[in-house]
Amino acid sequence: MSPLLAILKRDLALLLPGGRRGGTLLPLLFFLAVTVLYPFAVGPDAPLLARTGGGVIWVAALLAAILPLDRLVAPDLEQGFFDQWALRGIAEEAVIALRVLAHWLSFGPPLMIAALPAAALLGIDGPTLRTVELGLLVGTPGLAAIGVTIAALTVSLRSGAAMAGLLLIPLAVPILIFGAGSLSTGGEGGLALTAAISLLLVAMAPFAGGAAIRAAREG
Amino acid sequence: MDGCSLVAKDLACLRGDRLLFRRLSLSLASGEALQVAGPNGTGKSSLIRILAGLLRPFAGTVERDGAIALLNERPALDEYLPLGHALGFWQTIDGPGAAVDRLGLADLLDVPVRYLSTGQRKRAALARLIGQRAPVWLLDEPLNGLDIDAAADCQRLVAEHCGDGGIAIVASHQPFTLPGGKLAIADYAP
Repeated sequence: MSPLLAILKRDLALLLPGGRRGGTLLPLLFFLAVTVLYPFAVGPDAPLLARTGGGVIWVAALLAAILPLDRLVAPDLEQGFFDQWALRGIAEEAVIALRVLAHWLSFGPPLMIAALPAAALLGIDGPTLRTVELGLLVGTPGLAAIGVTIAALTVSLRSGAAMAGLLLIPLAVPILIFGAGSLSTGGEGGLALTAAISLLLVAMAPFAGGAAIRAAREG
Repeated sequence: MDGCSLVAKDLACLRGDRLLFRRLSLSLASGEALQVAGPNGTGKSSLIRILAGLLRPFAGTVERDGAIALLNERPALDEYLPLGHALGFWQTIDGPGAAVDRLGLADLLDVPVRYLSTGQRKRAALARLIGQRAPVWLLDEPLNGLDIDAAADCQRLVAEHCGDGGIAIVASHQPFTLPGGKLAIADYAP
């Protein structure tokens, strides 16, 4: 088995539901909790809920993406995995790219499934739900890329977890604007822009993350 | 393992604003070993990381010929996995065959790494190191936590490795029987 395949397998075993490091269920329950609480907060106004529900799903998805950040990269640096990979000539960029993929698989698709009961709770209609799901499909890879990049950047900070949450929010704003914006303008353009930003973030993450890991090792 | 070498010229190491050592040169060819000795905080671990290429020296160059294997206080074994699986991850990367029996780990393969003692972890890390089959071994305090028998095993393994043409550098403040010389890092303090 090639080294990269072995690393991806390990990442998935760690991050997917049931894995030791993911706590994938926690972000999911958090996401559902937000969408359950929202109707209680604004009251039983069906048209209002239906109109704002898509945006609430997006905000909840963004906040749920913050939860697992402190376990994404830091333990592997502390336990010496990155040192051992470097000695074997495995680039940090490759490891980070695989981590983005594994992280996305651990929270993107589950979030899309959880959006179905959330949409029912908020009374969102079929076409809107379709746009929400497509938006999550193209937007969550970008959120995963931001998450892994920030986890790598804050890896050597003592209060890394809190800092990671604060850093993620401004970086995720473009995805939120276009992702949630695609709901009000009815579609295609917003989705395309969400996908474009997502693609850009995914392309940058391995290089930013790899450089961050090397800098942390020097520290 | 023949033809490996490790040559360092005029190394200096700066941590924070403290110069730990300077003008440190060493040269090891196939089959040679070196113990780096010195009190705590004199830069033994930093020297090992510089030689491994994980830390940039403040000055000087390191030339490596041959793959590097590193053993330090970070075992790089997944805490929650049974030892057998944790070692198995490295075997899928390095190829099969870790020296599990030699190191007395055969009975521990089902035990999750987080339940292992310090010495058992160190032995597991040694098994990972041997499995890598790299010609150049860099060992940072390899005897920490090992009992007398395991320490003797460890020294025998290093001697065998050098006998097979490998290179070993051992940073330790404890006595370590090595088929090679000794470098007192305090001699290079500014």
